[in-house]
Amino acid sequence: MSTTVETATEIRTFRVDIPQEQLDDLRRRIEATRWPTKELVDDRSQGVQLATLKALADYWATDYDWRKAEAKLNALPQFMTEIDGVEIHFIHVRSPHEDAMPLIMTHGWPGSVTELLDTVGPLTDPTAHGGKAEDAFHLVLPSLPGYGFSGEPTELGWELGRTARAWAELMLRLGYTRYVAQGGDVGAGVTDAMGRQAPEGLIGIHTNLLVPALGGVMPTNTDEERAAAAQIATFRQSGNGYFVEMATRPQTIGYALLDSPVALAAWMIDHDTDSYYKISRAFVDDEPVGNLTRDHILDDITTYWLTGTGTSAARSYWEAYGPDAPAAGVQPPPPSQIPVGFTTFPGEIWRTPRSWVDNSYPNVIYFNEVDRGGHFAAWEEPELFSTEIRAAFKSLR
Amino acid sequence: MTTTVETGADVRTFRIEVPEEKLDDLRRRIEATRWPSKELVDDRSQGVQLATIKALADYWTSEYDFGRIAERLNGLPQSTTEIDGVEIHFIHVRSEHDDAMPLIMTHGWPGSVIELLDSVGPLTDPTAHGGGAEDAFHLVLPSLPGYGFSGEPTELGWGVGRTAQAWAELMRRLGYTRYVAQGGDVGALVTDAMGRQGPDGLVGIHINLLTAALAIADQLPSDADEERAALDALATFRASGFGYFLEQATRPQTIGYALLDSPVALAAWMLDHDTDSYYKISRAFVDGQPTGNLTRDHILDNITLYWLTGTGTSAARAYWESGREQAQAAGQAPPPVSVPVGFTTFPGEVVPAPRSWVQAVYPTLSYFNAVDTGGHFAAWEEPELFSDEIRAAFKSLGHERRSS
Repeated sequence: MSTTVETATEIRTFRVDIPQEQLDDLRRRIEATRWPTKELVDDRSQGVQLATLKALADYWATDYDWRKAEAKLNALPQFMTEIDGVEIHFIHVRSPHEDAMPLIMTHGWPGSVTELLDTVGPLTDPTAHGGKAEDAFHLVLPSLPGYGFSGEPTELGWELGRTARAWAELMLRLGYTRYVAQGGDVGAGVTDAMGRQAPEGLIGIHTNLLVPALGGVMPTNTDEERAAAAQIATFRQSGNGYFVEMATRPQTIGYALLDSPVALAAWMIDHDTDSYYKISRAFVDDEPVGNLTRDHILDDITTYWLTGTGTSAARSYWEAYGPDAPAAGVQPPPPSQIPVGFTTFPGEIWRTPRSWVDNSYPNVIYFNEVDRGGHFAAWEEPELFSTEIRAAFKSLR
Repeated sequence: MTTTVETGADVRTFRIEVPEEKLDDLRRRIEATRWPSKELVDDRSQGVQLATIKALADYWTSEYDFGRIAERLNGLPQSTTEIDGVEIHFIHVRSEHDDAMPLIMTHGWPGSVIELLDSVGPLTDPTAHGGGAEDAFHLVLPSLPGYGFSGEPTELGWGVGRTAQAWAELMRRLGYTRYVAQGGDVGALVTDAMGRQGPDGLVGIHINLLTAALAIADQLPSDADEERAALDALATFRASGFGYFLEQATRPQTIGYALLDSPVALAAWMLDHDTDSYYKISRAFVDGQPTGNLTRDHILDNITLYWLTGTGTSAARAYWESGREQAQAAGQAPPPVSVPVGFTTFPGEVVPAPRSWVQAVYPTLSYFNAVDTGGHFAAWEEPELFSDEIRAAFKSLGHERRSS
């Protein structure tokens, strides 16, 4: 399914090459789906709607072409390197501008490097995308342990902090002594942890999900603070079933995620309300929002299917948030003085007020609220997202 | 897959017929399972263990007799009747003892009438099972709406309160004017609701899960050892044991795609209930050492029933309805149960309820016992002991049987 070529003792080049029989098997399984009856509501309140998933499955089994996704990945320099016992897959695109700033950017769940691919151009080659040479980044996009083409951890203990340390090691191996880090969702968790660990060479971070708001109490004095708190409360009341299941019983849901393509697809698109409806419209009405197209959504889902990583990705929630994990009850270290940038995208699970960011980090150097985009900001709005990354790190160059 | 024969305007006899191609498809799917890697722990803390589910799948395709379900169910008188827009499937076994007490007994999730089948003999024919004629019941075992061979609700509103009303209607239709009700798990919720609704004819209830403990845990006594132990069990359930519950209560349709499309996903989801029953079932498959009546065949009868009826999603939706029902009732104390209440605590239950808690929830408690074996699936695991408890709980109502 993949080929590796030794180029050094530690870092090998990597290409994706999925055998045709795996794609045939996937198509057979989609076509053989045994469907439940339709939900009894007219919205997403009982979960992924039957019409949405059927439209997705139809497109998946007929018009969708994985080989295009494979070509898109293989057009970028990909590598593998073993860190702390796990094979880490990463994309590494050096900017043509030699003094570009190195940036390690981390995807989330249910994402993969796929959600970041359309930021590669704007970030590494800004002069071709409305920016200037001084906006350029050398970009490192790793696949989280247990996700996509990275290996699965085979021992306990891969919580966010361990991944953060692995990323610092990765940047060291790549020879970067002065770099920044960025992430949303689980990637925000890793990036937040890197900020707290403050490894040598890390000079700033940017996130687009305020990780400390999930763990601590935030002020609720203003209208926007109360609105954000209400959004978190709604998430906790009706939106975190997937989260609790993966944090407590990843293996159980994992059987579904490996064995049934539609179960995997449903589980993955049942994330936040905003992205769900955007994805639903892309499939049912063929009206994608921004870059969240049918092909892009299926590139991500198909990556999970072909790599068989639904279960190992779910286990990362168990490690990070589960009550039975080795890290359970261990408080993260306090935030460091490393500069922090943050962008609020309006469709995110909760709309983070600036006051909450200031409340979370002692050295906030950049905050902005933009007018479009949601939880999958880099995926949905790669140009706008890239503009934010440039702006956030401008003062650190 | 089923045949119905009209026997009257309202109630039709029912038999199961499973087409061979459905069984072939099921076997093919099990054999084509794409397995994940093994969990990274040595216990159930990451979910259903790979060795357990692989042993289950092996047995399912190689040794399990798919004719068992039809044979067992068709050996009992089954009927269907439409109540409130939903076709209700039920088993109805009249005792040979004419003055037997009518009893409607309700299964739970992830159960079905399968979990109650081995209590049919002891309850309806007690003299053949170590009891006296005065212990006899006429037994009604309905399948919950959306479960097993009952129809799926096609409109919103089927919370446990509506099911409780349907059960009262069912008993009325069967001509029972004086009866008792029993249930565990979801069946306990339905039975509790019946007790609070107090329909004509209901003279007592027995329950083996204290569902109200979830809602009012902070008001329950916590001084004695067993009370503290129960609170600890409840806290553990809330911290790590209720993922399935939350998912079904909030996104039944999402998990439903897995439950319809993948036999091993369905089996795993159903096995991953409480800790006690999980390990008992795991031992049955991995070590061939069942506990009580929780044998491999019995477990697979139930899972296969969910698969063949394709009711994983509709059963999950029942949790969503319960959640909605509770949200709508939030802040309002439910009406009290006015009829006598019997309760049995089985030691392996999710939260083994102390007598003090049961008394707090049910002031009309007339029978309480804590037995020494059995768990969440008490009727299934220990049908004889369970039947003894039902007899004992309703005995005090027995002197009125002959006058009815």
